[in-house]
Formats: sequence, C-alpha cells, structure tokens
Amino acid sequence: MTKSTTEPIWIRCALIGTAIFFLALFLFMPMAAVFIGALKKGLVVFLQSLIEPDTLASVRLTLLVAAITVPLNTVFGVAAAWAITKFNFRGKHVLLTLIDIPFTVSPVISGMIFVLLFGAQSALGAWLIACDIKIIFAVPGIVIATMFVTFPFVARELIPLMQSQGIEEEEASLTLGAGAWQTFFRVTLPNIKWSLLYGVVLTNARAMGEFGAVSVVSGHIRGATNTMPLQVEILYNEYNFAAAFAVSSILTMLALVTLAAKRFIEWKSVVNCHSRSSS
Amino acid sequence: MIFVPKQKSILPGFGLSMGFTLAYLGLLVLIPLSMLFLRSASLSWSDFWATAFSSRTLAAYKLSFGASLLGASINAVFGFLVAWVLVRYEFPGKRMMDALVDMPFALPTAVAGIALTAIYSQNGWMGKLLAPFGIQAAFSPLGVVIALTFVGLPFVVRTLEPVLQEIDKEVEEVAASLGANRLQTFLKVIFPALGPALLTGFSLAFARALGEYGSVVFISGNMPFKTEIVPLLIMTKLEQYDYTGARVIAVVMLVASFSLLLVINLLQAWTRRGQS
Amino acid sequence: MLPKKIAILLFSLVLAAPAFAKEVTLLNASYDPTREFYEEYNRAFAKHWKDQTGETVVIQQSHGGSGKQARAVLDGLEADVVTLALAYDIDSLHKRGGLVPGNWQRRLPNNSAPYTSAIVFLVRKGNPKNIKDWSDLTRDGISVITPNPKTSGGARWNFLAAWAYALKQQGGNEETAKEFVKKLYKNAPVLDTGARGSTTTFVERGIGDVLISWENEAFLAIHKLGKSDFEIIVPSISVLAEPPVSIVDSVAKKRGTEPLASAYLKYLYSDEAQEIIAKHYFRPRNEQVAAKYADQFPQLHLITIDDDAFGGWQHAQAKFFADQGIFDQIYSS
Repeated sequence: MTKSTTEPIWIRCALIGTAIFFLALFLFMPMAAVFIGALKKGLVVFLQSLIEPDTLASVRLTLLVAAITVPLNTVFGVAAAWAITKFNFRGKHVLLTLIDIPFTVSPVISGMIFVLLFGAQSALGAWLIACDIKIIFAVPGIVIATMFVTFPFVARELIPLMQSQGIEEEEASLTLGAGAWQTFFRVTLPNIKWSLLYGVVLTNARAMGEFGAVSVVSGHIRGATNTMPLQVEILYNEYNFAAAFAVSSILTMLALVTLAAKRFIEWKSVVNCHSRSSS
Repeated sequence: MIFVPKQKSILPGFGLSMGFTLAYLGLLVLIPLSMLFLRSASLSWSDFWATAFSSRTLAAYKLSFGASLLGASINAVFGFLVAWVLVRYEFPGKRMMDALVDMPFALPTAVAGIALTAIYSQNGWMGKLLAPFGIQAAFSPLGVVIALTFVGLPFVVRTLEPVLQEIDKEVEEVAASLGANRLQTFLKVIFPALGPALLTGFSLAFARALGEYGSVVFISGNMPFKTEIVPLLIMTKLEQYDYTGARVIAVVMLVASFSLLLVINLLQAWTRRGQS
Repeated sequence: MLPKKIAILLFSLVLAAPAFAKEVTLLNASYDPTREFYEEYNRAFAKHWKDQTGETVVIQQSHGGSGKQARAVLDGLEADVVTLALAYDIDSLHKRGGLVPGNWQRRLPNNSAPYTSAIVFLVRKGNPKNIKDWSDLTRDGISVITPNPKTSGGARWNFLAAWAYALKQQGGNEETAKEFVKKLYKNAPVLDTGARGSTTTFVERGIGDVLISWENEAFLAIHKLGKSDFEIIVPSISVLAEPPVSIVDSVAKKRGTEPLASAYLKYLYSDEAQEIIAKHYFRPRNEQVAAKYADQFPQLHLITIDDDAFGGWQHAQAKFFADQGIFDQIYSS
C-alpha cells in the first residue's frame, strides 16, 4: 500500500475506533445482554430451561419449518435466477421487483394476508375447514408464512453473480453435445455454488428467526405451534427471563454458527477463485 | 408479449424455469397480496381516505417514515465507515467484526427488541449513561430510531463491501500523482464510484425499517401520536375487529413499499451499469 | 408440479399426526394472565376426568391478548373452549361468526365467569410518592404505567375504573371524567401492548411510580419476581373484572368434544378448582372458599361493567375504545 492511497495513521485509527464504537453500541451490547441474561441464574438453570418439553417442541418445530422452507425456496431461487439471467425478455424489471416484494412487506402484513386468504372468514378458508384441512394456526400456515418472508434471498444472491457470468460457458457445453441437465449440474452449478450456499445460509437464518409473520398465523398453541422466537416471547411474558434469554441465546448461537458458515463459504470461494485463476 | 424471450436462445429450460418461477411467485406472493387489494376495493374513496389519512395514522406515518429515514441515514454514514474500515484496513478483531455485521439479520426481532430495551431503558447499561444528560432513549422516538438502525445495519455494509473491494487502487494512485490530496481523491474519485451502491444500501435499510414491528413495540412505548408506528396501528385495528381499517393502512404501506422497491431496482441497474 | 405434491404430502402428514395419538385433546384459548392458573387447573382436571371416565385428556393451551385470541378463533383456530378477559370478545364470536349462541353468558353460573378480579395499584416499597387513590395518579410528577387499551383487554378495565372514580366524585360528570382520564394518561410514559409488558416495564425496567394492574397480576408479580420491593394499594373504587368462559360450540360439535369441553368449564366451579383459583390470586366465586381466603383479598368497593356508568361491554366498547372514541379523543385534543 503506497502512501498516496491510504490515510495518515491517526485518521485510520480514528476511523477504526469510530467503527468499533458504533458496532459495539448496536451489535456487541445487545448480544452481550442476551448471553448475560441467559447465564444470570447459572448454567444449571440455563440447561434446565432448554430441556423443558415446550421449549424442545419449539426447537423441533423451528427445525421442521426450516427443513421445508429452505429447499423449496432454494429451488425457486435457482429457477428464477436461471430464467432472469440466461434469457432476454420483456418485463424483467417487473419480475425482479415482484420477487423482492416480500422483503419490504411488513411482517405484520405478511401474516395478515395469509389469515385473510386461509382464515375461516374467506371462501377458501371456509372450504378448507369443511374439508378438515388445517392451514392457518397449524404447521402448514407457519411454513407458508416463513416461505413468504424468506422468498427472495436465494434469488437475490444468485442474480447479480449469474448476470456477470454470462452464458458463454453454458453455450460452449451445449455445443459440445452435453445435455441440458448435464450442463446445469456440471457447468452452472459449480460456478454458482458459493453464492447459492450463502443464499441458503441467509434463508435458513431468517427462517429460524422470523417472529412477526409467524406470530400472526401460529395460534400460539403450547408445545404444538410455537416456534423458538414465539417461545422466547412466551417465556418472557411469564417473567421467566432467564429461560427467555436462554432460548434467545440458542437462536443467537444459531445466528453465529450461520455467520461462521458464511465466513467459511466466503473463504472457500476466494480460495476457489484463486485456484481457478492460477490454473 | 411479456415474460417471453425476445430472441431464440440456444440455452434450454426457459419454459420450465420461468413457468416454475411464475407459478411459485403467483401462489405464494401475488395471490395472497391481491386479497388485500380486492377486499379493500369495496370501500368508497372517501371512506378509504378517512381511514388511511386520519390524524392518528398521519402521525404514525410521520414517525415510521421519519424514524426509518433517520435510521437508514445513520446506517448510511456509519455503515459506510464500517465497510471502509473492513475493506481497507487491517486490525485485530476485524474478522469477527465482519462476521457480526449480519447479526441483526439473523437475530429474531423480538429478541432484539427485548435486548435493546434492557440496554436503553433508564436502569440499563446505556440508559444509565444517558439519563444524567436528560436523554431518554427507550420509550421515546429515539428508541424507535435505535431499533430501526439496528435492523437496517447489515444492508449498507453488505452492499458497499463488494463495490469497495472492486475499486481500482490505480485510479487513486493516478489521482494522487496528479496532485490530488487524499481528501480530494476520496471526494472526487472514490465517493462518486460508491454513490449508487450507497443509495441502494440506504434504500434497503429504509425499506426493512419501514415494516419492522417485533423489535420496535418493545422499545417504543407505543404512545398514540408520539411513538406509535404504522405496523402497530395495523395490529391495533385488528384488535378491534376492524379488518377493513387494517387492510386500508396495509395497502398504503404496500404501495409505499412497491414504489420504494422499484426505485431500489432501478438504482441497482444503475449501479451495475456504473460498474461495467 | 413437484412442490404441489410435496405440499399435499406435508398436509397429509400433518393431518395424520393427531390420528396416532390415543388421548383426547382439548384446546383452551385464553388470555395472558391466566397462564399459571390454567397450567395447574389443567392437571387437576385431567386427573378428575381420568378418575371419572378412564379417558386420558391432553389439554393444550394458547395464550395471547384477549382480542387477538378471539380473532384467531374467528379465523379458524380450533379452540374447544375460550376463557377470555372480556365478555365483549366472546360476544364477537357470536356476532361475527355465529360460533357461540347469543345466550352463551347464561349457560354457566355467575355470568359464565367462574372467577373475578379487581383493579389495584402496585407501588414501590414504602409508597414514596404517597399514592392512595385514583386522584393521586393525576398529580403532576407522578408516572403511571398501564397498558394500551386498544391492544389490551386488561387496560380497558383500568381505564373504566378511573372513569368510574371520576364520575362518582362530587359534581362528577362526563366532562370532568374526560378531563380526569386525560390528565391520568398524560402521566403515562409508556403504553405497552399487553398487561405483562407493563408489569415488566414497571418491575424490571424500574419505570414509573405506580402500576395499574389486575389484582392477580399484582400478586403474581410480587411473588413470582421474588421481590419485596413493592406494595399493593387499594383504591376507594375499583371495577369488578369478570373474565368469562364459554364452549366454542361449532368447534366442539365438529370435533365431538362437547361433553368434555362442558365438563372442563363446569369443573371450574368445583371446590377443588375454586381453591386453585384463589391460590393464583383470582377471586373465587364459591363463598366458602372465598371466606377461607378472605385475608388475601382486600375489601373493595367494586362496580361492574353493567353499572350505569358503562352500560355493558357493547356500549362501553363503542363509546370509549372504538376509533374516535373517548380514549382517542383524550389524545387527539
């Protein structure tokens, strides 16, 4: 780094200091508050509150919801990115905007639209109830709301990358006689795998942590339709602060693991890039 | 025709991928959202207007938009700084800092709300420090801004980082060799290149903040006309079985989001064009 | 299409799951402050039911704001019984969905309210601000914690109690009452969305000089939060809160749980249940049990929602809490 392209040391230190101060204020402190709250009453209480049956049920439900949501949204994200980046068509901007909608819709509204659609007061809802199919206030409703909220993330990660990659490699593969699926799995997928993984990681993080939309469609039945974030709220409302923070800390840990996975993915992709460009 | 290729492509799978995309999008997003519009269409204009823009909802729009704008602005300034520091400098703990930036994205909003309230209420770590100056953070509009800054934090940093990484050092060297000082180089060369990405990050943070509910209701205090955000107003309407009222306000918020999104996407197109 | 198949598969899995369970289930949709009480009552009832019929019953609980819960039931939450904060919310089940008959409140004794509560004040130890009655809450420099009446059923009782107090003062009329509640809410720095939120704000965050609270919540806060830092103050006038219960007929009929659901609610009036009720600081209806726990509950001058000042829930809701109602007016002017 030459002198002309960097700042004097005191400016650098000041900038780093300010950045750390800002992050400390907005990131470290809330996180520390969660962990201190969780361990305030000791490790035993911490562990006890985690193996409580209702809490375990909420963990299971959260994992189930993520296990359904993430693959479906991943398939969608890849399909959408393929259609948008590999072809030219009218209405691309409209489609891009439509895909992004769930990102800006308030969680409260996202929950509400599914109540309006599947609730007993709509025609569809009345029919579903007549057929004894439960969607809202049951697991399918929670899954659908979560799918809605995490809808754009994979596509969002893939589209810029696939746009910059263009279509030459796929064209070459096809001209050389490879089949369509073969081309996708042998050429496209290896090119996008790290972005895809990052998208999956983000989708997963959001799917496990979603509160607002799920809260509207869950029905809050203990041990049955409470996800982990809802369980946190319940415990908190029971003045069981240590347990509430214990479950929170698990979610925070989950977030940290997710972030670590993301770091690993980024590191891998950099290594990958280097080995590709040097070979 | 819309959603049909302009020219024949050698690549396969357009029908399949586009069909799947549209079906999935339609089932999961468009049909449910259209319910909101269909059911509010039965209202007369004057009724719609009276519900959507009563003095109380206006106050809530003002707070929601104002606090989101402020939160996004804080994020634009400090997010820029954080991105700059993370990309350009080396210092201990940098990797951890970088990893933690995504935290607000992954943390459930209710947890964030509880944690922030605990810190900023008058007997919390920060609240105690601020109280002697007569600053009340929790249960005031400032609390709303704090929560919204928190949820929007990753977006500016994450949109700026890749662009900053791509800026060619040579351009800066050229500027410097032509006699520009560091500040001039920054203002005239680096900043313009980052402008579009910064705007995108800002709009994303703003859009995210606008709809936020979970973390804000804990810290805001929910006082009518003072610290009542729009999503809470929707909840309040629902609580009174006023489905129509809730839908009307939701429609206003949705239209705002749509417009915002369109702007974001145009900005992104602009950013990409600027890059290539 | 594949996702559709997956979806169908999923739905059938979810639907099939309850079929494996041998026990009968019953869902009770309740409001926030009854969590601890129903946890114990459900155990007692399950044992009682097993002794009587040999059947194992699993009672599921759902808690939330009273209005939110009623709305969920209207929208299809399959609750066999509702145990809510306000008769108004169960009335809504009748009016908006026909889920219960119009005479639901007359099907069980005491207006279908097996327990009652009253509104009291919780203040900090030693009562440093010397708060004795409602009039003290409107003094300058007093900070009052109460939830938002728009989102919390309990908060509506708080509001009405203050209103009743102002009306019953010398020369009290609607205008003075409005002025009174306006001053009172001016002293409220926070309006949490629920009663539990307000208690947390007062106790954990240390905000406010006085918390207006249901008696059972005030006792619970003192005992559960394990702090001897608070005192209960009994105002000269309070309202008698009568949280009602009802079978949700359409759901119970469909699920074939009518006898069970009806037994579940009737058992609330039994001696055993009334004891549990008193233990959880709700006021029991049973006179012997009430006498036994008389020391626990302070003597109060209580008025009910059917008092002339309010004229029943339907009327009170429209007058005070609807949009542009009196609660909105005190904030808008």
